[in-house]
Amino acid sequence: MELGFAAILRRDLLLAFRHRGEIANPVLFFFMVVTLIPLGLTPEASRLAEIAPGILWVMALLASLLSVEGMFQGDYRDGTLEQMMILPQPLYVMVLAKILAHWLVTGLPLTLLAPVLGMMLSLPEAGYLPLVLSLLMGTAVLSLVGAIGAALTVALRKGGLLLSLIVMPLYMPALIFGASTVQRAVDGFPVEGPLAILGALLAFSLLVSPFATAGALRVSMHG
Amino acid sequence: MFQFESINDFIQMGGHGYYVWSAYLISLSVLIWLVASPLQRKRKFVQEMIRQQRREMARQETSNT
Amino acid sequence: MWQWFHRLGSPRWFYQASGKWLPWLSILAAILLCVGVVWGLGFAPQDAKQGNSFRIIYIHVPASFLALAGYYVMAIAGAVGLIWKMKLSDMVMKSAAPIGAVLTFVALVTGAIWGKPTWGTYWIWDARITSMLVLLFLYLGVIALQYSYTSQDAASKASAVLSLVGMVNIPIIYKSVDWWYTLHQPATIKFTEAPSMHPDMFRPLLVMILGFYCFYAVALILNTRVEILHRERRTRWVQDLVAGKPS
Repeated sequence: MELGFAAILRRDLLLAFRHRGEIANPVLFFFMVVTLIPLGLTPEASRLAEIAPGILWVMALLASLLSVEGMFQGDYRDGTLEQMMILPQPLYVMVLAKILAHWLVTGLPLTLLAPVLGMMLSLPEAGYLPLVLSLLMGTAVLSLVGAIGAALTVALRKGGLLLSLIVMPLYMPALIFGASTVQRAVDGFPVEGPLAILGALLAFSLLVSPFATAGALRVSMHG
Repeated sequence: MFQFESINDFIQMGGHGYYVWSAYLISLSVLIWLVASPLQRKRKFVQEMIRQQRREMARQETSNT
Repeated sequence: MWQWFHRLGSPRWFYQASGKWLPWLSILAAILLCVGVVWGLGFAPQDAKQGNSFRIIYIHVPASFLALAGYYVMAIAGAVGLIWKMKLSDMVMKSAAPIGAVLTFVALVTGAIWGKPTWGTYWIWDARITSMLVLLFLYLGVIALQYSYTSQDAASKASAVLSLVGMVNIPIIYKSVDWWYTLHQPATIKFTEAPSMHPDMFRPLLVMILGFYCFYAVALILNTRVEILHRERRTRWVQDLVAGKPS
């Protein structure tokens, strides 16, 4: 069985597709918490519009955080992870494939769904495109960075909470620049600045995160 | 060049006494703890080791006789 | 040279060598801290705007410096342990984590207490305090990871990886938070530091910073020594050492 980047990508997507219910989870979460906000705060459109950019981004972040835990667990449990690690292909490449698969299945749906949720929170019109653009790059960063935490905690029993603690500080730059992209657009300012920084964050994580994740996987598996 | 007129003034700190002293006292206790904690752990360790050594010696004696 | 490096990595050598230096270092730290505190509390002039509450700076700033520097100590010790498999370095990293976390906590608490008379509120989401809070989370993550692994070796490696990831991210996080704050900055007050410091205010601060550095070294060495004893407890030299001290 050939096991390169494309093969792993295909395999993960196939597995995810077979468990379609699980894909729905982060998306459903996103929907539900966005419903909780007006219930907890106010149904007034003007007040919702004020906080919509930040809320949407925070909720997307939380949904991503929830989903990242499962990135390596399935393969860890059935021994595939061990197999992947003794193959001649560099672990960096395999990890990148898994992260891409994860993003396609969680971050991308979140991004595509965000305009609908934006409408539910009365996001002003100027915010929609920046929302999608920032989430497109931002969720990728979140998947990349979250992978490091997932790799460090995959072999631990109650890894979930620890994962959140580890990953939270690392998520903050993406959140800050993503949310302010939308906020600035809504306030009428140009968004090239924060968007460019998000792009830089993405480039940086693409380069560094798979290395750190591979190293973390080795630690988790071999001790 | 002492900045205060009297000891009482020093404690009052121009109305900010509560803040200054609580900050300093909390920090002092915490810093003391940072040093006391390893010292105490070391003492416990030595006690435990000595106890173990005594048990070893006692066991050896009973297996010799 | 390698011989020196490997000797440096011997826990036993470190234990014995540090035992000789520790008393002197402790005295130095104590003197610096006492002088600094007395000077700062009693002899430095008070701030024109903030009055005497400004004196909290003599703890808040050194603690903040060491909190950040301590993270780098931890990360570099972790890296050395990871790359050269030096157990002593792992032990230093493990000791550095709680010390740094505690100092971050001190910085946050003193900052909050200082904030009340200055801005009327204990907590304020300014760039500095928010970054300090994130630093605390970074520390807590490393500490929690250390204790979650059952194998000591795996724990050290995992913490080293996480500390390095954190170290790389700290400048990014600080810059992001800084940028975020300048976007939303309500008005004038920049942050908890006296904008321009008169040399009479600055000198005791310098003494306190030095004192804190020495204190940090003392605390780090003390904790590392206990860690060494614990991990090497089955060796001959530790058994002999213990037998030589009744108490």
